[in-house]
Amino acid sequence: MVRTYALLAWTWTRAAMAYPASFAIMTVLGLAVAGMDVAVILIVFANTTTLAGFSRDETLFLYGTANLAFCLCDMFVSNIDRISQHIKAGTLDTMLIRPVSPWLQLAADRFLPTRIGRIAQAAVVLGYALSALDLDPGRLWMVPVMIACGIVIFTALWTLAGALQFVLVDAPEVTSAFTYGTGQLTQYPFSIYGRELVRGVTYVLPLAFVNWQPALYVLDRDDPFGTPEFMRFLGPVAALVLALLAALAWRQGLRHYRSTGS
Amino acid sequence: MLTLRRCTTIPLYARLVRYGFRKHATYVVAALAGAFTNSVFGILRAYILIALWQARPGLAGYDVTQAVTYCFITQAFIGPMQLFGVGLSIPERIRSGDIALDLVRPASLQLWSLAEDLGRAAYLFLVRGLPPMLLGAAVFGIYLPAAPGQWAAFLTGFLAAVLVSFAWRYLVALSVCWLLDERGVQSFSLVLTTLCSGMLLPLELFPGWFGEAVRVLPWAAMVQAPTDLYLGEAPVLDTLAFQAFWAVVLLAAGALATRAIRHKVVIQGG
Repeated sequence: MVRTYALLAWTWTRAAMAYPASFAIMTVLGLAVAGMDVAVILIVFANTTTLAGFSRDETLFLYGTANLAFCLCDMFVSNIDRISQHIKAGTLDTMLIRPVSPWLQLAADRFLPTRIGRIAQAAVVLGYALSALDLDPGRLWMVPVMIACGIVIFTALWTLAGALQFVLVDAPEVTSAFTYGTGQLTQYPFSIYGRELVRGVTYVLPLAFVNWQPALYVLDRDDPFGTPEFMRFLGPVAALVLALLAALAWRQGLRHYRSTGS
Repeated sequence: MLTLRRCTTIPLYARLVRYGFRKHATYVVAALAGAFTNSVFGILRAYILIALWQARPGLAGYDVTQAVTYCFITQAFIGPMQLFGVGLSIPERIRSGDIALDLVRPASLQLWSLAEDLGRAAYLFLVRGLPPMLLGAAVFGIYLPAAPGQWAAFLTGFLAAVLVSFAWRYLVALSVCWLLDERGVQSFSLVLTTLCSGMLLPLELFPGWFGEAVRVLPWAAMVQAPTDLYLGEAPVLDTLAFQAFWAVVLLAAGALATRAIRHKVVIQGG
């Protein structure tokens, strides 16, 4: 499975490498596009020292952890977003008769290696935040765990988005609100959001476990919304539940898919 | 003869505006999906601004309600002004060579595209512009201008902003003729447009010389200027003059580029 994906991704990478100048420009520009979110954070904190009780470096820590997971999935999974185009063009049928999982084919479809720039940018921000914050070394084990959970959660979200597009063939942009919306949501401390919204993304759609809950543990802070201490460690459970749901939805979508009929 | 031609030319562009409107009206579901996503992002961005204005009340001369309004009105501008993309078919037509057909038509390519783009903008203003504003009003409450004069100023400023936005996107689209790959220049335009227009944050918050620069660049005429007219936070005539200046400069540059592309296309042999 990994080998197949690597082969497909490498094919697209070689295609992109055929134009080295274009490849370099797109990598740098991708970095600039991703850097705009950091620019917004920096401009906000040029005007204030704390945002809803969190400092600039703490916000950059939240941004770095969530965005590293988000950008990895944006590179390796988000191509599933194009499923509605494949459904409309009829090319999904071709994928279904190939001896490789359609999920894998779609995830590697038109793989963009230039997105590596964004991943590097997220890693740099996280590295800066880790060095700038005076964190308890005994709690740092949580950082790789939360990034891993974030990757699973974002992968599940993109899979769910793909499954939804079997129904929303004409309105695929709706699903961006969940995938890219979560990317935006997790860039800031959840203490800025309304209580109902935070409840919703904690108990209904467990997005708080991408970074907010585990980050409270790493930063050694109490939850302003008063959730109990044990919830800081529920990330893997939330990721697992969401992944199972996404797998189920994906199978349902694929099972009920009936080509275009022509 | 001259009067006859004038009579047929004006309805031509009027008709193109209507066709641009109708062309996009076909994809109502897609437009509503875009409106939904713009609205969700509006809510998320609004919380950031609310937190910032709670820490610094009165920042940039806005109160919290005005800051929230700022956020939703900029989300509403994304569709009509195509802030995240080019929104013109010119790059594809340059690559396929169809642009040669467009250039031999007895009408200016720039005015032709502008007319279609105005129709598109009018449609997306209704379908992708109003929903974020209504949602913002329902969830947080937004500022509504009371005076009819303020509405008139805003609508004029909005039209000028669409003109500036079109003029910029037209230049970006034509650049494909020389650069041959539109993705690079599109990303470049995306960064400039979203960052320098006030789409992400009000330009008053940008610090130092960077802030002073972005407030006079053409992108400020797209988002910051019409939003300030809506909020009644800017002198009307000065703002409209600022927008008109950039509209004229960029449209003139577009006219020159249209002349240059004619020669370029001939050199390439169509």
